[in-house]
Amino acid sequence: MRAVRDILAKLVRDPSAAVGLAIIFLLIAVAVLAPVLATHPDAVWDMNPRQRLLPPSETYVFGTDRMGADIYSRILFGARITLIIAIVAVGAALLIGVPIGLVSGWRGNWLGEGLMRVSDIFLAVPQIVLAIAISQTLGPSIENVILALSVTYWPWFTRLVHAEVRSLRNETFIEAAIALGVPTWRIVLLHVLPNVASPIIVRTSIGMGFTILTASALGFLGLGAPPPAPEWGRMISESREFLPEAWWSALAPGLAIFLVVMGFNLLGDGLRDVLDPRIRRATTGR
Amino acid sequence: MPPPGDNLLEVENLRVSFSTEAGTAKVLDGVNLALQPGEIVGLVGESGCGKTTLANAILGILARNARHEAGAIRFGGEDLLAMSQRRIETEVRGRRIAFIPQDPYGSFNPLFTVGAQIMEVMKWKSPLRKVSEGRGLAGFFSRYPRARRREDMARVAEMLRAVQIPDPAVATAKLPHEFSGGQRQRLMIALALLPSPQLVIADEPTTALDVTIQAQILKLLKKLAKESGISVLFTTHDLGTAYEICDRICVMYAGQEVETAPVEEFFRRPRHPYTVRLLESLPRPGRPLAGIGGEIPALIAPPSGCRFHPRCAFAADACRGLRPPVTVIGGGHDVRCYHPVVEGAPA
Amino acid sequence: MSAASIPILQVADLSRTFPVRNALGWASGTVRALDGVSFEVRPGETLGIVGESGCGKSTLGKALAGIHDPDGGRIAFEGQDITALSAAGRRRVAPRLQYCYQDPGNSLDPRWTIRRSLAEPLIVHTALSAAERDARIAEIMRQVGLPITHLDLYPHELSGGQQRRVGLARILTLHPRLVVLDEPTSGLDVSVQASVLNLLRELQRVFSLTYLFISHDLAVVRMMCDRVAVMYAGRIVEIAPAEKLFAAARHPYTQSLLSAIPDIGGRRVTDTFALEGEPPDPTRPIAGCRFRTRCPRQAPECAAAEPALRPLGEGQSAACLFA
Repeated sequence: MRAVRDILAKLVRDPSAAVGLAIIFLLIAVAVLAPVLATHPDAVWDMNPRQRLLPPSETYVFGTDRMGADIYSRILFGARITLIIAIVAVGAALLIGVPIGLVSGWRGNWLGEGLMRVSDIFLAVPQIVLAIAISQTLGPSIENVILALSVTYWPWFTRLVHAEVRSLRNETFIEAAIALGVPTWRIVLLHVLPNVASPIIVRTSIGMGFTILTASALGFLGLGAPPPAPEWGRMISESREFLPEAWWSALAPGLAIFLVVMGFNLLGDGLRDVLDPRIRRATTGR
Repeated sequence: MPPPGDNLLEVENLRVSFSTEAGTAKVLDGVNLALQPGEIVGLVGESGCGKTTLANAILGILARNARHEAGAIRFGGEDLLAMSQRRIETEVRGRRIAFIPQDPYGSFNPLFTVGAQIMEVMKWKSPLRKVSEGRGLAGFFSRYPRARRREDMARVAEMLRAVQIPDPAVATAKLPHEFSGGQRQRLMIALALLPSPQLVIADEPTTALDVTIQAQILKLLKKLAKESGISVLFTTHDLGTAYEICDRICVMYAGQEVETAPVEEFFRRPRHPYTVRLLESLPRPGRPLAGIGGEIPALIAPPSGCRFHPRCAFAADACRGLRPPVTVIGGGHDVRCYHPVVEGAPA
Repeated sequence: MSAASIPILQVADLSRTFPVRNALGWASGTVRALDGVSFEVRPGETLGIVGESGCGKSTLGKALAGIHDPDGGRIAFEGQDITALSAAGRRRVAPRLQYCYQDPGNSLDPRWTIRRSLAEPLIVHTALSAAERDARIAEIMRQVGLPITHLDLYPHELSGGQQRRVGLARILTLHPRLVVLDEPTSGLDVSVQASVLNLLRELQRVFSLTYLFISHDLAVVRMMCDRVAVMYAGRIVEIAPAEKLFAAARHPYTQSLLSAIPDIGGRRVTDTFALEGEPPDPTRPIAGCRFRTRCPRQAPECAAAEPALRPLGEGQSAACLFA
């Protein structure tokens, strides 16, 4: 716990990481409190043809879209979809990628090599192409977007963990634990995993931003949540035909995506600085 | 200020501090040191005593967070700390003052042949180089004058033979990893001596080497320095090495010099309590190991007065107050202690 | 050190080669790090293994600890063959045969507190309760001379000397019989080295330990060891009781090695040292005696065959035709 508090304290002191952290807290708050914060919670899914494409005003802060729904309220509810997609997809990628990376990094034999070649095959295909193929085949739905994203993102964790474990294996304290007769499962779970946690956390933060971007792209292509779900990527896609007159209908979701992705990236960079063991060793003298 | 005598190098009351995350570390606290021409002086002390910082200060290569608080480093009568960077770069560092590093492995670029790296240094630091030759960027783009290059190459071959590198023509075409640690240190010595310096600063040059290789390198360095009358400032934590090569020894503790004496006198009659305990820590047959109680102090909040007082058996109130002045024992033996040890010196 | 005592460790004809890889990662040759090494260690004694870097002394220590598997030969510990044990069998031997790293501080997980690091061997190898473990940890901290308050610190918060003490404590909580000490004082300042050496002797007395003391520092070995084996290029060239070795070394390499140690107050090595050249490239083995290319006494018969260790009386043996 002391470690978590230290890390938070250091993050807050780093201006860009603090901004990233603030954006992410805002996103979470917005997602949780969407029904409370929304000015027109009823006008998120319903059609109001009489209020189509109204410009931003006091009633409709970000204007309305082609269905007459309040864009501000839709953005708030869209935050929930975005957050759920990112958390579940990256979480699943973690659960698949990290154990595979641990096993392949620890066992440098045919098993480890085989697992790495499988992850190489996934990495060889651009993520967006693979994700499009998967969601195209399975049909547009939030579940399928999550599936497509986690299936395409796990190799990044595998690669990362594999490389870290390989270099850790040569550390004296790991060799010492082996010489001391510590069972392998204890070494991997209690010595290796905590020592690769920092890069995993950094990669997770950056991966969240990346996943949100890809999810929005899928939504834009019509492969995400089906209408009328307030998915940010789909909102941009739907506003295309009314540009440039109804510019507001693309601006708000575009800004939302931009802010959130930037937030995760800033946080990821900040975490890298705070958690990087090399930098930390330099400041503590070891 | 005393008139500059016949000393080649005089460090006077040098104070250097480093700003760190935890505070300001007073790494050098009024250090005094003098070297005569042709003299090999050992700067001895345990890790963290400031010997490397002092060596770096003389070379003018202190880290960025270092701050020069007070004192002077006079070399040939001129204060290096007051000299312009440009003059230091063109006339002093690598020319009149050369450097032999501790780590012979990290000192060469692994991608270029040893010969190319030596000639690159010679382009800039050869004693034949004229002051009129281009400096800075102009020098970088100007060619190595052909006549000088030919002469320099002959000098390099001669120097490589002097440091006992077999077959210089073949050796210069090799990459650094094709040499052993001992041979690389021979190359570093050659590189340091090629510009015909007056002073060589050797920072623990044999620490990374095996004992038989160390013996060879010490023998070589001593022979070359004595033949050409070069002064050497030799930092080491190993008293045995210091005994082998030095004419005079200066002991540092936590950023202060505590005792200076000619080598025989130093080992026969050490007077500072720290020196005595240090010598008693050396493993020798038939005598129990003494060690020194306590730990080296943190330099951020160092002990007042004599920095050794918290670990010293003879510490009194005076030791906690002001740093002891120099007590002249005679014969070049100086000690900074209120209660110099009289007897009880090890055999 | 009576002649009747049964050896705690018997090493016979131990060999280990490492592949040398070229730039493409293909094996292009081999290095014989250990080549037919044989010796015995008796209970309670300290056997020193000395030699220069690359002589195989560290490989020997790691082979004994099971970190490197030997290619040939036999290691018997307390009468049991431990040469090719399974991982599980190795774990059963580990509590009695411990390996101590050059820098025991590095053998501590940087993210674990000292308390947790010290508890680990007890959790793995004993059935002690948490309270019993705490008592044992407190006891060992006292024995290595560290305050109990240090238990909640992280390794980087300790000084080099203190880290070594913790590293030793971690090994000794299991009350091993034999400890392989790999360069236990390298990189330490002399004053810290003195206290670490004193601690090692004290612990040897308290726990009746047997030490295999691997070091390049002959002055330290002379002080600490009962017997000393000198290694050169993967082989033992001389083995003798310490006082015998330092007084009357018989192998020319041992003699050169001894003449390289600075002797404060005595004659200067820079005036007397005569050995030229460097240890041979391990990828290009020398036929016959490995030292002959640098040896002041070399003769044509040295190239014919590799001399075997020959007993010379009083427990001294040397692998030289002229010893």
